[in-house]
Amino acid sequence: MKVDTSKPLEYGTHENSNRIFGFWVFLGAEIALFATLFTVFFVLVNRFADGPSGSELFEIGPVLIETFLLLTSSFTIGLAVHAMRHQYKRAMLVFFGITLLMGLGFLGIEITEFVTYVHEGATLQTSAFLSSLFVLLGTHGAHVTFGFLWGAAIMIQLMREGINPATANKSFIFSLYWHFLDVVWIFIFSFVYLKGLM
Amino acid sequence: MNFDLEKFKVHGEPLIYGAMISIALVSIGIVVGLTVFRKWGWLWREWLTTVDHKRIGVMYILAALLMLFRGGIDALMMRLQTAAPDMKFLDAQHYNEVFTTHGLIMILFMAMPFIIGLMNVVVPLQIGARDVAFPRLNAVSFWLFFFGAMLLNISFVIGGSPDAGWSAYFPLASLEFSPTVGNNYYSLALQISGIGTLMTGVNFIVTILKMRAPGMKLMRMPMFTWSVLITNVIIVFAFPVLTVALALMMFDRLFGSQFFTMANGGMDMLWANLFWVWGHPEVYIVILPAFGIYSEIIATFSKKNLYGYTSMVASMLIISLLSFIVWAHHFYTMGQGVLVNGFFSITTMAIAVPTGVKIFNWLFTLRKGRISFTTPMLYSLAFIPIFTIGGVTGVMLAMASADYMYHNTMFLVAHFHYVLIPGAVFAVIAGFHYWFPKVFGFRLNERIGKHAFWWIIISFNVAFFPLFILGLKGMTRRMYTYSAETGFGPLNMISFAGALGLAIGFVILVYNIYWSTRYMPRDENGDPWDARTLEWATHSPIPEYNFAVVPKVKSRDPFWAMKHDKQPLFEEPITKIHMPSNTGKPFVLGVVFFFLGFFLVFSMWIPAIVAGVGVLIVLAAMSFERDHGFYIPADKVIKTEKKLGGGTV
Repeated sequence: MKVDTSKPLEYGTHENSNRIFGFWVFLGAEIALFATLFTVFFVLVNRFADGPSGSELFEIGPVLIETFLLLTSSFTIGLAVHAMRHQYKRAMLVFFGITLLMGLGFLGIEITEFVTYVHEGATLQTSAFLSSLFVLLGTHGAHVTFGFLWGAAIMIQLMREGINPATANKSFIFSLYWHFLDVVWIFIFSFVYLKGLM
Repeated sequence: MNFDLEKFKVHGEPLIYGAMISIALVSIGIVVGLTVFRKWGWLWREWLTTVDHKRIGVMYILAALLMLFRGGIDALMMRLQTAAPDMKFLDAQHYNEVFTTHGLIMILFMAMPFIIGLMNVVVPLQIGARDVAFPRLNAVSFWLFFFGAMLLNISFVIGGSPDAGWSAYFPLASLEFSPTVGNNYYSLALQISGIGTLMTGVNFIVTILKMRAPGMKLMRMPMFTWSVLITNVIIVFAFPVLTVALALMMFDRLFGSQFFTMANGGMDMLWANLFWVWGHPEVYIVILPAFGIYSEIIATFSKKNLYGYTSMVASMLIISLLSFIVWAHHFYTMGQGVLVNGFFSITTMAIAVPTGVKIFNWLFTLRKGRISFTTPMLYSLAFIPIFTIGGVTGVMLAMASADYMYHNTMFLVAHFHYVLIPGAVFAVIAGFHYWFPKVFGFRLNERIGKHAFWWIIISFNVAFFPLFILGLKGMTRRMYTYSAETGFGPLNMISFAGALGLAIGFVILVYNIYWSTRYMPRDENGDPWDARTLEWATHSPIPEYNFAVVPKVKSRDPFWAMKHDKQPLFEEPITKIHMPSNTGKPFVLGVVFFFLGFFLVFSMWIPAIVAGVGVLIVLAAMSFERDHGFYIPADKVIKTEKKLGGGTV
């Protein structure tokens, strides 16, 4: 395996730099996916049937905490990549771990929110608005869940092997994914929650 | 969990029992054959675990040929059922299932994989690469496609096929109006193979942009590679829309959500929009690579370089952009108003312009060329006039106000068969004949090939031209029978005769594969057609590493330049070659996805969760694996090259 040392470690081999480029292309597809889900949501947003509307349902408190957790975790995964570039394995693992824990916290609050909605009689089956809300949020949440599992797998590999071209490449790609989920959440926060609360 | 055996059964039809028995017999035959000839190990090592783009391509094409016959039998059944008034061959339900699976299979499990198969075989060779960017992901793509296709195919005998048309419009496709599991199969089988296709899209974009041989600038790429690049960009942006649409459909049908329902705020039209936002680009996903194939073949057999290379590329780019803003022309009659219809009318008609540019470029390539009428060339030449009929009738349909007359008539059916069969099917057959010697080292017999060609070309017109007239006379599509008073009988009978002729043509085509395998002389120099592009610069059959030395490209049509202008292609000495190692995990992933899909179709939640966890476990196993491939030492490469003769040594 030829490693080009003039580049950052995660870009070092030809395969690894292709992987990163490929993941950007994949994120393009993910943007198309979430764009479609947002479109569906905007089409159905005023179709409450007999169910509650967004302003009746949403509470800003938990959503703010979710936002705070996810945005901070995006920062800490950036710190992890920074530590990785300097070969600080322990610092990298710590930041990586904090990121995943915040992701877990986010998921905990999101699930609690869902349970609350359902208790208030707002289920997937109630109205088109709620169907699109649950599926949009759920798709994002499923991405975070998958990211948590994926990130945990990468952490185990980091602990076993340390920082090498393979683990560095995986970690960097994971960070791209995590930032992407953050961006999607910003749209959800603004156009689903804030707009819904108005 | 309510476990009810009744759900799995399909009742009543002798034809379905026949299908069950034939599926069982074929499966037993395959198992017995593999065991008797001790081929299980060979099958596993050489094919099921392969990551070689050529072998994956061959598997795609084999699967596509199988599906061509499955979809073709559907077509014959439909044509027989409508051949005369008041036929009793199929009942209404069975007819609905047959036309639905015919459409699904022909588009998604025949045309797409055939094209992706050719893409796999040809593109890495055309750009002078040793493999695709992500060989293992490529295997994942194939096995997801394959098991998605299998999941749809078993629906016929277990639980019932989808029956709401290949476009599965709501509310017809909802649980209320389609209570069988058929449309569950639709949502899950397409989802699984769709994920595979999306991965193909990512893989080939990276391959083409990052793996080209030194000197092959974008504007030196062969036209087929260009068409594949543009196609894959369309895949990456269109398939997520299908993913979402299918997921919402699944939620509506399995979990009672209200996306496309009639009550509780749902919007049935939303499905039609989502479906066609994917569905129209999908048409170009199958047709742009076909344009690429024709460009290669017409240039090769005219002994000229392609006329208007730059305008070819530009027109494909324009088509790819327009393909995303024409979707509403599929439902002008659903009442979205004059302004919307007007917009989509204009964009649709605009597509005729870049397409026309391409037609003229092919004609000018032919002009003053030294044309040799080989089988692939015959298909390409037949394509031009027939496709033009399809295109011109498309412009007729594009006019929204006129479309109120044509909408959902046989005129439409005739139109899209006139576009898709010359546009996609003739192209893949032409490409199949053209690249066959590259993969297997011998040509298909020309005489038998031309027999098949004339059967197919004449029968195609006999089968589909009457449908234009039937449509104008008022026969709607998807009606399973009609009375004698309508007067539709004779033309339908002619069409049935054409369908039979088409079937004969395809049988001859397959017979040609068998005959040529046994009797055709082996091809000596790897360049049987005196072709122009890089794939012909290596041996036939292709060694696993493709090129012993990575070629250096200095012009368009570099192989032609090497042969005729003495431009050297292979200058470096042979060194060791890095290869990816085989893996069984993509196959296992496909199997697990198959079960996940199957359990979800029947709402068997606990097994579905187990299978879902299984998917995660396989993915984790892939993540934890460290496999750096292996090297073929230089002396072994030299030995192989000497044995194959010619080429690079």
